[in-house]
Amino acid sequence: MRVGIIGVGMTAFRPSTPEYSWKELMFEAASRAYADAGVDPRTEVDSFVTCAEDYYEGFGIFDEFTPDQIGGALRPVCTVTGDGLQGLANAFMQIQTGLIDIAVVEAHSKASDILTLEGIIEHGLDPIWNKPLGGHPFLIAGLEADAFLRKTRTSAKALAAVVAKNRKNALRNPLAAYAANVDAAQVLSSPERFTPLRALDIAAPADGGVVLVLASEAAAKRRHANPVWIRGIGWASDSPTLETRDWTQAAYAQLAAEMAYRLAKVRRPATEIDFAEVDDRFSYKELQHLEAVGLAKKGEAGRTVVKGGYDPGGALPVNVAGGSLGCGNVFEATGLHRAAEVALQLRGDAGSHQIDGVRVGLAQSWRYIPSATGAVAVLGAGQ
Amino acid sequence: MSERIKKWPGVELSAADLNEGKVTQTRFRPNAKYAWSAGEAMSRFLAELQNGRLIARTCHSCKRILFPPRMFCESCFRPTDEWTFIQDTGTIETFSISYLDTDAKRIPDPILVGVVSIDGASPKMGMMHYFGDMTKEQIRIGMRVKAVWRPWEERRGSVLDIRHFGPLKEDAK
Repeated sequence: MRVGIIGVGMTAFRPSTPEYSWKELMFEAASRAYADAGVDPRTEVDSFVTCAEDYYEGFGIFDEFTPDQIGGALRPVCTVTGDGLQGLANAFMQIQTGLIDIAVVEAHSKASDILTLEGIIEHGLDPIWNKPLGGHPFLIAGLEADAFLRKTRTSAKALAAVVAKNRKNALRNPLAAYAANVDAAQVLSSPERFTPLRALDIAAPADGGVVLVLASEAAAKRRHANPVWIRGIGWASDSPTLETRDWTQAAYAQLAAEMAYRLAKVRRPATEIDFAEVDDRFSYKELQHLEAVGLAKKGEAGRTVVKGGYDPGGALPVNVAGGSLGCGNVFEATGLHRAAEVALQLRGDAGSHQIDGVRVGLAQSWRYIPSATGAVAVLGAGQ
Repeated sequence: MSERIKKWPGVELSAADLNEGKVTQTRFRPNAKYAWSAGEAMSRFLAELQNGRLIARTCHSCKRILFPPRMFCESCFRPTDEWTFIQDTGTIETFSISYLDTDAKRIPDPILVGVVSIDGASPKMGMMHYFGDMTKEQIRIGMRVKAVWRPWEERRGSVLDIRHFGPLKEDAK
């Protein structure tokens, strides 16, 4: 049974949203998605999946607080403690059971409510083995960036090119929080943070919400919807132990992609996939993820981005909406935002950042520091 | 322990053993601080608490008066319509007498806690709060109560601007 996306809703991504509570933010994203799908959540949605991590929200058992503002009161609701793409996989499977015709996936960030963001991220480290060392948690990204650059002989210039591309792409996305005409020289002269990463290599936090409405093929047909099909989806986790990871490559993304490609019957991703939205919350991650999911050969992503191969007009447009560097880091909503952007592109509804003639797109997520967990979805348009 | 077992094998640990570091443990206090944006509905609600008033939102679709106020109706899934003040009196829906404090220590004067459905809001809409000026023998479900507000200068825009709910006079006679 095929499963398709029949509704997309997003709020704007902003550095902070003091005018909204997180509930009101979720309500806006949900209202937009239901209007887009033409679905009444109170009578037509069979299941609601939200994605949230209690420590990002600031209180326990966050799943208890989700139903009202997404139309799920007194209905089947569950929360996935993970990235939005993991939630998408969950809803996909619920529909595959045949028990659910229409499911909703929600993810959001209210990062501006967190006063000690570094403290929250640090709290994700192993309490016995790593926490006593102290240190800023972004050091882990520095360690990984260093290993990746050395192994693949990627230059710092390539990282700067990723940042410049995504911040510029965001200029064409009215929802983006950090759109700017940044060039590579500016990135390379920004203050050093965690070598080889500089200040502009790190995506700044943002608030925002994303909701997708999914339907079984039969339900989509009954509604005369024109879905974007979830052709394949996969997820994987590497070892949580920092010291036993392969720092040079994103094994989780490679395994997640293999699973998604198997389902989608994609044999040659580099030729079958027209564009990609991948996690770029640290600039090197975009390159590392492109290589992991097989859209670039090992060591080539850096050279390609410098030559403009991932520009909106390049051979493989990557993060055309601006990525997290341009839109802001929306934490557990990051992957769902990627899927939403891919869906809009495939529908031809991406507005001023629309790319022409795309039929198959890839969305990839990572669960941020210190995780080595990620997911991949392959979406397709048409029959 | 039981009739047959007078002593378990092994070493018994005391609180002192833990405090003196005789047990291998790793301690970490997360630096986790938050300040939640109250948003449109709760900001107005908290501001009105400082004014000594309770405010609700109406939904024209289901005709309910929603309290605490919210910008969306969870039943109809639509934006709510208007602000409306409700009373600071109500009826005890449910209560419990707490003989333990948050530290699970026994307290001599038990705490009376419950949910009050507020007059003017739709049925079963109200606040959880403390009860005062009454004994554990006097409190009962269905009892009429009224908010006892803190003095103006002590109010902070918090649910604690109401000190507790006390007996409503009409109930006392």
